[in-house]
Amino acid sequence: MALLEVRDLTVVFQRKGEEPFRAVDGVSFDVEPGQTVGLVGESGCGKSVTSLAIMGLLPKRGTKITGTVSYDGTDLLKLSDREMRDRRGRDLGMVFQDPLSSLNPVVPIGLQVTEVLERHRGMARKEAMIEAKELLDKVGIPDPNRRLKEYPHQLSGGMRQRALIAIALACRPKLLIADEPTTALDVTIQAQILSLMKELVQDLGTALVMITHDLGVVAGLCDEVNVLYGGKVVEKAMRHELFAEPRHPYTHGLLASIPRLDAATHSKLTPIKGSVADNIPWSQGCAFAPRCPNALDVCVRVTPPEEDQLGRLLRCHNPVVPGTPAAEEVRA
Amino acid sequence: MLRYTIRRLAQLVGVVLVLSMLLFAWLRLLPGGPVSALLGERATPESREALTKQLGLDQPIFVQYFKFLGRAATGDFGVSTGVQPGDSALDIFLQRFPATIELSFFAILIAIAVGVPLGYLAAKRRGGWFDNLSVIGSLIGVAVPVFFLAYLLKDVASSALGLPSQGRQDAIDATRVTGFFTLDGLITGEFDATLNALEHLILPAIALATIPFAVIFRITRAAVLDVLDEDFVRTAESKGLTAPVIRRRHVLRNAMLPVVTTIGLQTGALLSGAVLTEKVFSFAGVGQALAIGFERRDYPVLLLLIIMATIVYVVVNLLVDLSYALIDPRIRTR
Amino acid sequence: MVLGLSSKKDKIDGLAESAGVSLAASAWKRLRRSPVFLTGAVIIGLFFVLSLLSPWLAPQDPSVPMLIDQVVKARNEIPPPQPGHPLGGDLQGRDFFSRLLVGSQQTLVVGVGATLIGLTGGLVLGTLAGALGGWVDSIVMRIVDVMLSLPSLLLAFSIAAMFARPSQFTVILAVAIVQIPVFARLLRGSMLAQRHSDHVLAATALGVKKGAIVFRHMLPNSLSPVIVQSTLVLATAIIEAAALSFLGLGNPDDRLPEWGQMLGDVQNVFDTHPHLAAWPAICIIIVALGFTLMGETLREALDPKNRR
Repeated sequence: MALLEVRDLTVVFQRKGEEPFRAVDGVSFDVEPGQTVGLVGESGCGKSVTSLAIMGLLPKRGTKITGTVSYDGTDLLKLSDREMRDRRGRDLGMVFQDPLSSLNPVVPIGLQVTEVLERHRGMARKEAMIEAKELLDKVGIPDPNRRLKEYPHQLSGGMRQRALIAIALACRPKLLIADEPTTALDVTIQAQILSLMKELVQDLGTALVMITHDLGVVAGLCDEVNVLYGGKVVEKAMRHELFAEPRHPYTHGLLASIPRLDAATHSKLTPIKGSVADNIPWSQGCAFAPRCPNALDVCVRVTPPEEDQLGRLLRCHNPVVPGTPAAEEVRA
Repeated sequence: MLRYTIRRLAQLVGVVLVLSMLLFAWLRLLPGGPVSALLGERATPESREALTKQLGLDQPIFVQYFKFLGRAATGDFGVSTGVQPGDSALDIFLQRFPATIELSFFAILIAIAVGVPLGYLAAKRRGGWFDNLSVIGSLIGVAVPVFFLAYLLKDVASSALGLPSQGRQDAIDATRVTGFFTLDGLITGEFDATLNALEHLILPAIALATIPFAVIFRITRAAVLDVLDEDFVRTAESKGLTAPVIRRRHVLRNAMLPVVTTIGLQTGALLSGAVLTEKVFSFAGVGQALAIGFERRDYPVLLLLIIMATIVYVVVNLLVDLSYALIDPRIRTR
Repeated sequence: MVLGLSSKKDKIDGLAESAGVSLAASAWKRLRRSPVFLTGAVIIGLFFVLSLLSPWLAPQDPSVPMLIDQVVKARNEIPPPQPGHPLGGDLQGRDFFSRLLVGSQQTLVVGVGATLIGLTGGLVLGTLAGALGGWVDSIVMRIVDVMLSLPSLLLAFSIAAMFARPSQFTVILAVAIVQIPVFARLLRGSMLAQRHSDHVLAATALGVKKGAIVFRHMLPNSLSPVIVQSTLVLATAIIEAAALSFLGLGNPDDRLPEWGQMLGDVQNVFDTHPHLAAWPAICIIIVALGFTLMGETLREALDPKNRR
């Protein structure tokens, strides 16, 4: 049995006097123990909302969540507030995008680490401090004793993100969700943080859900990848397969729009045209159709079902088939 | 930090000098001037001239000002002509100052004790009926003239609750130590005196608290709304921390920063409001002296009390700024 | 040397940042649908209409003691409600209802007068300081800072006490002068922020004259915080005028009544004739609330932070 089974997760935001908005629309995926699964897509595709829904961190008012999120066999969505509070930080940890704003500016780093140990592992402050020091050490923060007494603004961006990772992993959760953990960091620091996460996840046997818009992150870290578009999973594949042979025109476009060093200098970048604003609702057809180079007439009339095509789950009427010129363009 | 404090204190000296100069000039330039103020309009020319000479008013005004500064340095700010005729202005201030401190302290205490929790709750229930109701209530609180509310409390609430509506303490035999009546009773063990002083404090303190309450409520509400949107609150939730820990350590500790600044500024509302409230409740503090002073144009007393009020206002705000630096590590550890 | 209170100044400067004409359109769209703003606007609209029409609406002449024979000073009796006098008479035997109606007019005069004088003073000082900078700025801001170092209402009391013969005008002046430093700081802050902004730099680069830049570009962009502050000052001016009357610093001439004066003048009979105080107090509260509701919703609507 998978550690995390997300089935038909749907999140609808309903504000007074406004049209309901389906931010996440029937998303399903599994995470095996120790596995790293990527959720990839542009901003607004529903990847962050998915993670917040799993953590139970979406605001109660104006939000409707359906489907199941079973963790070790329990449906997290059916748990009471209190039970969910007991699990967050203990069974599920989360690392956020902006390490500066995600740390409390007026509380020392030490307390921000120890409070989670005190809460879930019943440690006394003193004992927790010793543990916190080891944690900071483990995430590669030099001079942890001094850092414990310092405040977030005294740390560098990379240090802050290391501290956040230490907090998320403090109670050895079996599942860690990382929401764009490197986006706010300098490029050189990004690589350090990613390799740290990879190392920790392997050491501790933690399963990781990596949420990102950056295919580079996926390439370096993920075992399996879910590509999201307009709140739905449009392609699901193992990492190697996905990079070798993207099938969904959207995935294909994402890969084709990455500049490549080994490409001939005269070859042009092929960006995906348009923006998320061009989407049509999934109920009328394929949301990506207005931007899709492969679009057929059927695409704007019939919603493509999620089906096993070409050896993977795809949601497309006209996928990119291996051997065609379009497919070769990426492989070259 | 030390340099900052010294700079601010130097500013205070500057403000007080400028202010005393202005007030002094005002006093001297008044039609009739202090002579009329002391002798009345119908004094004989001879007695006026004698007093003018005696007070040194025939000398140039800047000479007079420096003489005034010299006397002020020795604690001589002149003699009251209206509040407590014949008493030294400084004595009047020293006698009455503890009363106003005591009153203001309880008022700000009430304002914080009610305003902060209410502001927090309103923010948590943003847009709900509790939020709307308390916001409108706070707006009405600002719209009500303080002295009218004081009269309402005095005439309606005092009889309904059986609370005294006049003065600082009944004529009971209480020992004076500090001049703070509530404190004196605790020090000497005369707890009935403390109780009696507290009963006298409740209504004027409530009246005085309305405006600071309304402001503190609104600032707390706005600050909590801002903080609730912050990423670190979401982080705290993602750690599964209990609601009280999140409220105290993560929400309120951050939201209190702007509130602390406001509390300093509210000293101004307290000092001005004390003039009105103390007059209504015949509460023998600095405010009442100012009210009587304005009414009877008791210039020496007004001069001293206004300068003192300014010093208190500036010093309290300096202290608040310094304490702000202490509670905000981003400033402290810069 | 910088004088005075840094936090009070920060607060004013914070408001000054919320500038920008572009905001006005979107703000107005939100305000039109805001029930709070509309409530305030209706109250203020009615208040304006009432104060304009009150001389014709009032059933009696508010300055004639027509019921004087029913006033018995010794027994503290005043005329009770009777036909033609729905609220009875006041301490001088004048028709109380008519005085309340007509009182709206002088109350409006006090509020608008104080706000206009405070605004004009602040406009001149703030524009000079903000537009010219340098030593003009230093001098102006030192004066402003000294004024801000006094608790504002206490400053109003002191200014009112300076006049040997108080009148309606001295009341207005006392309330207005207190607002000058607030408006001045507000405008200066907003101008200073703009002096280095792209549109002003562009205008300067195009060779537009300094005066034209100040009046055509910088002033209009500083308007929204000034409008917010003005609305709030309209409320405080009326309340503060009442406080001045209460301390005996108000206008002693009560032939033309004003609500604050009516309220402040009856302090000695509050326990025996509470309605004499309650009616003007209620009027003041409603009108002050109306201005405050408008001001606060305006502030919220014009705050760039709330733009979504």
